[in-house]
Amino acid sequence: MAVLVDKTTRVIVQGITGHEGSFHTQQMKEYGTPVVGGVTPGKGGLLHEGTPVFNSVGDAVRETGANTSIIFVPAVAAGDAIMEAADAGIRLVICITEGIPVNDMMKAWTYIQGKGTRLIGPNCPGIITPGIGKIGIMPGFIFSPGRVGLISRSGTLTYEAVNQLTQLGLGQSTAIGIGGDPIIGTRHIDAVKLFNEDPETDAIVLIGEIGGTDEEDAARYIRDHVKKPVVGFIAGQTAPPGRRMGHAGAIISGGKGTAAEKVKTMKECGIHVADSPAVIGETMKRVLGK
Amino acid sequence: MNIHEYQGKEIFRKYGVAVPAGFVARTPDEAAEAAARLGTPVVVVKSQIHAGGRGKGTVYLATNRNEVAIQGGVKVVKPELARETAQKLLGNILVTIQTGPEGKKVGTLLVEEGMKIVRELYVAVMMDRAKSMDLIMVSTEGGVEIEEVAAHQPEKIVREYVDPRVGFQGFQARKLSYALGLEGDAFKNGVKFFQALYKAYKEMDCSIAEINPLVVTDDNRVLALDAKLNFDDNALFRHPEVMAMRDVAEEDPLEVEASKSNLNYVKLDGNVGCMVNGAGLAMATMDIIKLAGGEPANFLDVGGGANVETVRNGFRIILSDPNVKAILINIFGGIVRCDRVANGVIEAAKSMDIRVPIIVRLAGTNAVEAREILAASGLNLIPAEGLKDAAAKVTQAIS
Repeated sequence: MAVLVDKTTRVIVQGITGHEGSFHTQQMKEYGTPVVGGVTPGKGGLLHEGTPVFNSVGDAVRETGANTSIIFVPAVAAGDAIMEAADAGIRLVICITEGIPVNDMMKAWTYIQGKGTRLIGPNCPGIITPGIGKIGIMPGFIFSPGRVGLISRSGTLTYEAVNQLTQLGLGQSTAIGIGGDPIIGTRHIDAVKLFNEDPETDAIVLIGEIGGTDEEDAARYIRDHVKKPVVGFIAGQTAPPGRRMGHAGAIISGGKGTAAEKVKTMKECGIHVADSPAVIGETMKRVLGK
Repeated sequence: MNIHEYQGKEIFRKYGVAVPAGFVARTPDEAAEAAARLGTPVVVVKSQIHAGGRGKGTVYLATNRNEVAIQGGVKVVKPELARETAQKLLGNILVTIQTGPEGKKVGTLLVEEGMKIVRELYVAVMMDRAKSMDLIMVSTEGGVEIEEVAAHQPEKIVREYVDPRVGFQGFQARKLSYALGLEGDAFKNGVKFFQALYKAYKEMDCSIAEINPLVVTDDNRVLALDAKLNFDDNALFRHPEVMAMRDVAEEDPLEVEASKSNLNYVKLDGNVGCMVNGAGLAMATMDIIKLAGGEPANFLDVGGGANVETVRNGFRIILSDPNVKAILINIFGGIVRCDRVANGVIEAAKSMDIRVPIIVRLAGTNAVEAREILAASGLNLIPAEGLKDAAAKVTQAIS
């Protein structure tokens, strides 16, 4: 079984009655994801497009046996929603919401430590195990089942890489969009550990971008612990220092977090780094000797 | 978001972070009045622009950019010379190591008390991403670039992490003050300073609060001689008073224009413009342009809702940049449908006079239909099949 999404997954949608939540609930159901309920405070008891709505995550868990939550609530309330999910015993929380204040995320991140909850995101496209289920907003049709695990901070760049893999006949075990914010629940290194332990994943694609040092941390872990081949790419080689490149976390500050530094460390740690985003798939194919 | 030094010090005052006495001046008369009110033997006249290196910068006449109005954007003068100094600074162009050769126009001055400085220190508060915790950094080596200190004398930087569960504690403020070698009244003032500074940083949702130099005066005051505050853009909705401090004159006019259209745009110096959905793919597209022998003219993420209006605004902004010799549109349709983007491109292109080659790469949802729409449009758009093909066509377009 691939990572995070499996046959026992039961999903609730926090913010199900909102525009985004509503749309993607339908998309997820169409992909075959077991969405068992939704949460919108004050709208408990409603049936929203066929899905029962609850007032709180606690109610939803009690009534549906949900173990996974995807969050679409607006940025101002998203940190609170993450904490509510952890408090209700949800073991996997995927937060799609973009634009959460850093201080709110610091609170939420601190709160969930030690509670046995894994957080993916925020500001991420979610996760997908092709053919099994998607808990996210990615276009399902570009993915194909297979044995390559994919980790990325970005949405559309993930789609680009997946598309390349699929076209070359390389299916994916699971793709994890870890998110573009400075504080995220699951970092590159954590996602690498999951894939390293997954018997159904043979190789890993690790896509990073400027800002922070998470890619370097993951690279050193890979050097010391991972035997599976890893292909990498870092976006933002041409980004100027001190400017935020769209993602809140994509900024070179104090000389730290440059693409060049990340690529250098990754290469030193034995990762096959694609020099161009156009050859991520090809590089994987070559590395696998296919 | 950035603000001016004088605005940062207003915030500091509100939180009890000690700053020198000072007044804002927008005319030479106001500068003279401020100097008189301060009543110190000398006063400091400081140009207010969003860039560092002001003291070592050069001020040029706005009317004649070749003529130097005055050396240095920060001047220590006798109070009676404040008016004359202000006259040379105000309305002119300050060029510093951080502004680039175009410099920045000086519209506002901060006139502060002169003082006897006995020590120059450094303090900054920021979020440490590796630990997801706030970090307070101090150094005895103030007044110089902290990156230099970090590179050559890392032992001179002392770090204190703030546990988010309990916040910044008194013993931590004392540790920092001891680490800086503060004694007596200066020690007490240092402890108070750090506690107030952290409170300001936290409550105002700053992304960084940096004071360089933090000074100790001959009468044992501990003061923020400079104030660099940046704010978490995602938290600005909580701080309308900070939003009101935005100075659009300090920003690139094209970036201001783009922000009005809700476009995520950063102006760069290259020759190939790009329009992309998603920040990661946008950065990767800039990399493709570079690999194709060009230089990206911008970062532009049109986001998840790319439609005719966003595409048109994107075109307008990219084309306002005279350096642009070609445009690469790279859309990976997930939720965004490529046929809609294609229609947007066609409508926008028809309504504008576009004289540079446009390479269009559309993939994902409804990409096939989109390519047919573009081909049938009769417009001179260059379709590309994948990123490799797009790169080759960019190379061709600019050579």
